[in-house]
Parts: sequence; C-alpha cells; structure tokens
Amino acid sequence: MEYTNIAYVFAAILFILGIKRLSSPKTARSGNTVASMGMLIAIVATLVSFDLLDFQTIAIGMIIGTIIGAFFAIKVEMTQMPQMVAIFNGFGGGASALVAAAEYLNPANPSTFNSATIAISVFVGTLTFTGSFIAFGKLQGFVSGRPIVFTGQKLLNALIAISLVSLGTFSVIGGETDSYFYGLVALSALIGITLTIPIGGADMPVVISLLNSYSGVAAAATGFVLMNNGLIIAGALVGASGLILTKIMCKGMNRSLANVIFGAVGLTQDTPSGDEKQIQVKSASTEEVAMILESAEKIIIVPGYGLAVAQAQHALREVADFLEKMGKKVLYAIHPVAGRMPGHMNVLLAEANVPYEQLLDLEQVNPEFKTCDVAIVLGANDVVNPAARHDTSSPIYGMPILDVDKAKTVLVNKRTMNPGFAGIQNELFGFDNTLMVFGDAKAVLLDLHKDLKEL
Amino acid sequence: MDMIEIVQQLEAENMIYILTVFILAIFVGNEIISKVPHTLHTPLMSGSNAISGIAVVGAIIATKAGGGLGTWFGLIAVIFATVNVVGGFMVTDRMLKMFKRK
Repeated sequence: MEYTNIAYVFAAILFILGIKRLSSPKTARSGNTVASMGMLIAIVATLVSFDLLDFQTIAIGMIIGTIIGAFFAIKVEMTQMPQMVAIFNGFGGGASALVAAAEYLNPANPSTFNSATIAISVFVGTLTFTGSFIAFGKLQGFVSGRPIVFTGQKLLNALIAISLVSLGTFSVIGGETDSYFYGLVALSALIGITLTIPIGGADMPVVISLLNSYSGVAAAATGFVLMNNGLIIAGALVGASGLILTKIMCKGMNRSLANVIFGAVGLTQDTPSGDEKQIQVKSASTEEVAMILESAEKIIIVPGYGLAVAQAQHALREVADFLEKMGKKVLYAIHPVAGRMPGHMNVLLAEANVPYEQLLDLEQVNPEFKTCDVAIVLGANDVVNPAARHDTSSPIYGMPILDVDKAKTVLVNKRTMNPGFAGIQNELFGFDNTLMVFGDAKAVLLDLHKDLKEL
Repeated sequence: MDMIEIVQQLEAENMIYILTVFILAIFVGNEIISKVPHTLHTPLMSGSNAISGIAVVGAIIATKAGGGLGTWFGLIAVIFATVNVVGGFMVTDRMLKMFKRK
C-alpha cells in the first residue's frame, strides 16, 4: 500500500511538471507527454497493488474507453473543441460520481466523514455530468443556444438547492434507507440541468470553464472518499485550473460569475430606445481594400468566431503571408473571449499555420493600434464595439475591447449588418475611418488575395 | 484507550493529512496555472480534462466492490474516465503539435 501512495505522489509530481511546461508553446507538447506518463504510472500502480480487482471488467472498460476517446480525439474538428471539452467534463464528473456511488453501495470503511464525502462527490459529479451534456447540446445545436427561462426558475433552483442540502444531510446521518441517497442523485442531476439551460450561447465559455473546474472538484471529492491522495492532488489541480479560466473569461466579458449564471443575457433583444438612429456606413470593394493595404505598413488582424464559422482561417493566413512578402508587418489581435472557449481562436489560427508569435492578446495588442495603419476586423463584433468604453446603457459597457478604432483605417468584414451575439448595434461601423466590406469572410479573403496579386 | 478511540484518532489524523494535501495542491495549481499564457488555454483545458480522468484510479478500485450494481458502476466509470484520459491527452497533443514558430 505504501508503494502505491509513493507512486501516486510521483504521478502528481509529473502532472505538476507537465502543466508547468505549458507556460510556453515551445515546451507545451513535452509537458503533455510528461503528464500522460504520470497518468500511466498512477494506473499501473493501482492495477498491481490492489487485491481482488476484477481485471476482466477493467480491461473491457479500458478498451471501450480507449476506442471512444481516441476516436473523438482524432476526428474532432478544432471548431468543435468546446463541445468535446464539454462532453469530456461530463464524463469526468460522471466517473467520479459513479465511483462514489459504488463506494456507497459497498463501503470499505464506513464513517460519517466517508458518507459526507460520498454525498459531496455524487452531488458535484452528477451536476457536472448533466450540466456538461446541456452545455454540449447548446454548443452543438441540439438544445437552443438561447437562454431558456420561465417564471419561478430561480425559486425552483432555490427549492432544489434546499432539498439537496437536506437530502445530503439525511443521507449522511439518516442511516438505513437508500431513498435519501437516490433522491440526492436525482436532484443533483436536475440542478445540473436547471442551472445550465438559462445560460446563453455566448456565455458558454464561462460555463465550460466552470464545469471543467467542477470535474476536478468531483475527482478530488472522490479522492476523499477513497482516501487517495492521487485523486485529491490531480482533482485540486484541475479544480484550480478551471476556476482561473472562469475568472479570466468573466473578466473578458466584464461580468460577474453570478451574472453569467443567473443573468440569462442574450434573451431579450434589448428593445432599442426610440432615438435609435440608423448607422450610416461606407462600404468598399476588395480592390479598394487591396489598394489601402498596399500603402499600409503595419496591419493588425482581428479575427472573431465568424471567421472560423466561414472556415476562412487558411484563406486569411494566405493573405497575411502575401502581405508579409510585400514587406508589411502583420499582427493578430486575440480577444480573451474570441471563439467559444478560452484560447479557442489561438488554436484555430495555429491549425491554419499562423505562427504563435504573431498572436497577441488584449493587453499586448491594444497599445499597437495607435501606430497601426489598417486594422482588419473579420467576423468579430462586440469585442470591437467602442460603446463598451463610454455607453453606460450598453449591455457590454465596461467589457475590455480591442481598440481598433485607434487605427488609421478600420476595415470590417461582415456578412450583413445583423448585430452580434449580444444583440446590439456597433457604432464603430459608422465611424469616419471605418470601411465595411460585406460578404462571406472566405470569399472576401480569396478575392482580396487575388486583387493583391494583381496590384 | 480502547480500540474504537484509537481508530477514531487515526481517522482524524488521516482526515487532516488529506485536507492538507488538498489545500496545498490548490495553491500549487493556482501558481502554475496562472503562468499558462492565453494562447495555450484551450490545450490547458483539454489537458486538465485528461488529468481529471485520474478518476480512473477510483474506477479501477470500484470494480472490486464485489458484484452487482457496484461492479456495473465501476465498469461505466472505467469507460468514462478512460475516454477522458485517452481522448484528453491525445487531442491535447494534436493541438500542441500545431503551435509552430515562424
């Protein structure tokens, strides 16, 4: 038994060293390998040191799990990473809840502490499981991305929460009957759903990060059930990671976590107050854009999720490469909430072979706009809306934005004049230094590439 | 001291020991994860997903729970956690492979 714990500590050290190597893209890949070695050690140590294991069941489970996991990992499109992470969070939470439930059925060392940790583990794990599936459904489009709200929703959640606390308490001290426990499972599953359905599609990055954190907490709680420090350390690392990402996402949207979870933003198309004036925009053709770019020296590209939806990353990279060949300096400005999960846009651009040194985050890039000749906004909207700086009535007021309006010329590509995710008009489009280029991002970029070559 | 008291004391010591481990791990996690750049946040999430697949260890232990429903729970837990571990590490590697310099 002692050797097993030493192996777990060793595995935990490898997890920590692995995550440490994620501090730079240069070492990140080896870090992932280091962490996977830690996992291998933990699994092997468990297999060799516990008696009476049911190896047949374990082998069947691992083979099925490996096939499913590998299939997802190889097949998933990078645009679908949020869905994949969501569903994997669910599996992680589900696994922890099931382990705790198995322990409930056949407790190895029954005690109040044991029952309490089982209750917590089952609660967090089950909530993560159902919540993640709703998040997955919303991202994949099986469930409406719009917030689903009804009267008395908060009251219902409060009632479920109170019942959960009471059932949890009863299942710990209540003794003989199993119905408290099963009630706890059912209500945990229910609250996972009722807490996730009112959250809008645009807020999903926060939710995925939070569920990521929960899956870690569930694993740690299961570690308390089994008195297993391997699970506790790994679970705590993941819990901390998810929480940090949640905080970063909330900051990126200038929202509090409570506001994301209970605010149901994106539900009402904020009925415009009567004085809503039609924004006058100037539009340009790709030939004109090519000429503007020819005389520019420093160009900053602001990619939004619309770019990825149009599958235009590769076309963009080709245009950017061409501009660099013409001797221009090209940078990319990545807003923290660009894409559907933390760091999503970076992965999408990395996939299109954009070197990571060119990807600047908000703090790095904002001072650059002042000295930039052209900012090109592709499929981004709310994250470049100057209203966030001054319009206190705007739902995005206070959100940190990319200061594209400071550039000499701003080129905005959009399919139509439809407002963005937050459902609000963008005054940037009417600015004197702004030119709109309407059309599908990919088609526009291909045309632009052609026009640049023909200059 | 009779047996029960000794057992209770051991249990209390164990509890404090694992709580210490948990709290220290959170601090370490906070420290190292704050240093991960924005650019790598998606791989961080999928990678930490794989790490939360550590539940596989608990799942393996759960299969010995001795027949019936417990073993079924163990089996499903092994499947879920293995999906997490294998899928998580593989997809993270696939992503990190794409991050290239000029």
